[in-house]
Amino acid sequence: MEKFELFDRKTQAIIYGFQQAAIQRMIDFDYLCRREIPSIAAVIRPTQDAAIAYHKVFWGSKEIVVPVYKTLQMAIKKHPNADVMINFSSFRSAYPTSKEALESDTIRTVAIIAEGMPERQSRHLLKIAEEKDKIIIGPATVGGIRAGAFKIGNSAGTTENIILSKLYRPGSIGFVSKSGGLSNEMNFMIAQNTDGIYEGIAIGGDRYPGSRLVDHLMRYEANPKIKMLVSLGEIGGKDEYDIVNALKSGKVTKPLVIWVAGTAAKILPSGLQFGHAGAMAGSDMETAEAKNKALRDAGAIVPDSYEDLDKRIRETFEKLKQEGKVTPIEEIEPPEIPIDFGDATRMGLVRRSSDVIVTISDDRGDVPTFAGVGLDTIIRESKSIGYVIGLLWFKRELPEFAQQFIEIVVKLTADHGPAVSGAHNAIITARAGKDLMSALASGILTIGPRFGGAISDAAKYIREALQKGMQPQEFVNYMKDVVNINIPGIGHRIKSVQNPDVRVQLLKEFVFKNFQKHPHLDLALEVEKITTSKRNNLILNVDGCIGITFLDLLENLDFSPEEIEDVIYSEALNGLFVLGRSIGMMGHIFDQKRQRAGLYRQPWDEILFSE
Amino acid sequence: MAQKNIYEYDAKKLLASQLPKYYPKFEYHDKLAIVQSDTDLNQLISVETWIKSEKLVAKPDQLFGKRGKANLLLLDANFDEMKQFCRNNLDKVFEIGNVRGELNRLLIEPFIPHEKEYYVSITSDRENDIIHFSFEGGIFIEENWDKVYHIPVPLGIDINTFDLLSKMPDLGDLKDILIPFIKALFQVYIDQDFAFLEINPFAITGDKKIVPLDVKARLDDTAAFLHQDTWGNPDNPIEFPAGFGQKSTIEEDRIRDLDEKTGASLKLKILNKNGRVWTMVAGGGASVIYTDTVVDLGLGKELGNYGEYSGNPSREHTEIYAQTIIDLITENPDLQGKPKYLIIGGGIANFTDVKVTFTGIVSAIKNSVDKLKKANVKIFVRRGGPNEKQGLEMMEKVGKETGIPIEVFDRYTHMTRVVELIKKAEEGKT
Repeated sequence: MEKFELFDRKTQAIIYGFQQAAIQRMIDFDYLCRREIPSIAAVIRPTQDAAIAYHKVFWGSKEIVVPVYKTLQMAIKKHPNADVMINFSSFRSAYPTSKEALESDTIRTVAIIAEGMPERQSRHLLKIAEEKDKIIIGPATVGGIRAGAFKIGNSAGTTENIILSKLYRPGSIGFVSKSGGLSNEMNFMIAQNTDGIYEGIAIGGDRYPGSRLVDHLMRYEANPKIKMLVSLGEIGGKDEYDIVNALKSGKVTKPLVIWVAGTAAKILPSGLQFGHAGAMAGSDMETAEAKNKALRDAGAIVPDSYEDLDKRIRETFEKLKQEGKVTPIEEIEPPEIPIDFGDATRMGLVRRSSDVIVTISDDRGDVPTFAGVGLDTIIRESKSIGYVIGLLWFKRELPEFAQQFIEIVVKLTADHGPAVSGAHNAIITARAGKDLMSALASGILTIGPRFGGAISDAAKYIREALQKGMQPQEFVNYMKDVVNINIPGIGHRIKSVQNPDVRVQLLKEFVFKNFQKHPHLDLALEVEKITTSKRNNLILNVDGCIGITFLDLLENLDFSPEEIEDVIYSEALNGLFVLGRSIGMMGHIFDQKRQRAGLYRQPWDEILFSE
Repeated sequence: MAQKNIYEYDAKKLLASQLPKYYPKFEYHDKLAIVQSDTDLNQLISVETWIKSEKLVAKPDQLFGKRGKANLLLLDANFDEMKQFCRNNLDKVFEIGNVRGELNRLLIEPFIPHEKEYYVSITSDRENDIIHFSFEGGIFIEENWDKVYHIPVPLGIDINTFDLLSKMPDLGDLKDILIPFIKALFQVYIDQDFAFLEINPFAITGDKKIVPLDVKARLDDTAAFLHQDTWGNPDNPIEFPAGFGQKSTIEEDRIRDLDEKTGASLKLKILNKNGRVWTMVAGGGASVIYTDTVVDLGLGKELGNYGEYSGNPSREHTEIYAQTIIDLITENPDLQGKPKYLIIGGGIANFTDVKVTFTGIVSAIKNSVDKLKKANVKIFVRRGGPNEKQGLEMMEKVGKETGIPIEVFDRYTHMTRVVELIKKAEEGKT
């Protein structure tokens, strides 16, 4: 690569900052230009944990990966061929990161995108660049483009724009401006009026740009493929006088069309700061008029106003053509870039079947909704936990009595002391130093046919009996002779007819008072009469009562028989037990953790060792 | 985000706190007070007791010089004279240069009797920070500019090892005071990211102390984050006042606040509230060019504002920005019912999403249909960039739906041609 070139079709850059959109746009440009290798060698993402990660980008319709490093140092070492760094870091860290790149052996060009770098920092950087014979583009710029070869970051916008401005192949105009926004406007204007851009750079609107307009114009002057120069200057600073001097001393010989913006300043309040930091005239010399005049006097082609810029560019180019100084370009067709799936979907061009259907909640809006009810409403109207369970488990607003029933069940099942298998497992696991989630899971995993299982089994068999129209005695016999197990939900170790379980009494009272019908409970109580006549502790226990009254609850809601079947099939009853008991198990886990209880080991005297 | 002027009071306070770090002999009195129309003088003198006991200087502190010539400099005064001076001048309108403005800030400090006035300033260019020094300070500096020493100090040079004395050979006995003072000043200038610092004049008292009399300074406000312990303290940042007579409006303040909150850029300066041509232009460079073209085509007197939005602002922020400008353009309909023109302009954006930003502008238009019609506002749109088609179609549609005249142009129309169309419309009218 000649010294006057910054980029060619083999140039690779290191991107500082994980700018996914800019990265993809650069790679799309590469594909459009039919580059052989992508223009990005590596990305630096200082916030990541991994030393090296990988980022997927599209190369046409295929995917390729770009390595993402934690440090610039590592990227430079692994990619010695990358001689450009595009620095997207913020104004706070743009200085140290750019300095590191400039001081490296391999990076030759640094583009600084951040706006608001302190002027002294910019000046220190440009001094380093000068000493090391390196180039800074920026700060406060979008960068630039070498048509058909290399594009800095977001320069030149979308693929559509690149095609309209023919930036996928070189023309013969060298362009440089202060403004990044206008550079893209100029890319298009130049394409409309000439054979297009060869290279276009935006140096940024700061007072101390790392490279100046004249630096790039001198490169273009030296480049035999560039036939004509176009530039846009701005009010403020004296950099345009370097161009005047270059014209006067014959260092710039190619036709130069240039306009210095900011002529309006004369009628505006003195000292008005335009959008760019450097755009304020500190002296008469720095006004746009003075600069335009000096440039015109030195031989540049300066329009009377920006309005005529396109005409001057066209005229100048036509003249070069007539003089035979530009050779016609053979137009090429750039490859098509496939449209992004997201864009295509938005435009209604493609459709894709979804993978999951969700019917209970939606978090896409401002406020999450549960079965259509906004979470804000639930909070504002002080809805109960039973209400929320109704929405998320049964997709409906449950009546008051049903909410209360659910909460009673949650309370009744919340804990049953430390000795039952769930709490015991949770305690042991917590004491083994495991985290909350592991300890809770180990407790929950004991819930099944033996522990907590009586609830769902009691419901299952009573339901079967009722559906088959069995008489109480018939059911007792069926359980004994056919199923061949003790009736689930019947029997208690201590409690008896004479010493009833108060929990069962309360639940029954609630059901009798609030449920219009309770056929399952009625049948169960008939069965209890038979069993207690055999032994006085064969009473309906709390597990059985919960399972059976839950069936009655469903009978009292506007559930169809098919829906009731679905509720039972979906294990909602187990859900209630898991929900309630998790409260207690977590309590036990917190209790052990608070005490910093040590590892549990079952004492030998609890174990019989035997052959 | 650029070089910003600061008050003389703040500049002196900053020097008082920073200079002794490098020049311990700088025993600056640090007696400074600001009097404004709402200042409780009794309370002030209870804190700044020297005001009652010492001879005083009083002068405006509103970013303009030549205060002696404007008869706004009170010297060698006692407390009563100072009070009288404040009463006579505060809240009065003065014309300074060509700018009319209200005087509402006076700096009070002790009067320092002195015979000779010296000049020192520091400026910067790309490669150097430049010390300017002269024995002929004060009001004579301009006519004696050829006698000023200009000493460039290349960037990165340690001023302590820099041979300043050989560059100013005729300091005589004063060198033992002046060299360390100027070097310290230079250090502070660099340390604190000054962009310009001028002490004109300073005096050397009988006991060989240096006293800055008048100070002008600019800071590089982009460096604020480096100076959180001094002027860039986010809880108590230094003030960057507007120039004399340039009070910022509520609308300008609102946009400045918004600008500070986002990574994008939003700027607004109202030039003429009754203007009939207003701009809402995307891009720092394009906004200047639109403004130029309005002026070049002879519509400068009608220009309502300067402003720009860029850096891909959100839909919400663009809407607030657009609403602010629409409110301004519709606030005072033309008395003779002449049309007003709003230019929604811009080049071809690199990455600012035209659809997103135009969605914000369109909702502001929809919110203001009656106002816009009442003020007879005609809107001209020209823009390109990501999603330009959808954005421009949206503008066409809102014009048709609301009946507001909106002419929409795409990238194939020269960026500023809409200004010419406005001019033609005006010529057709008059």
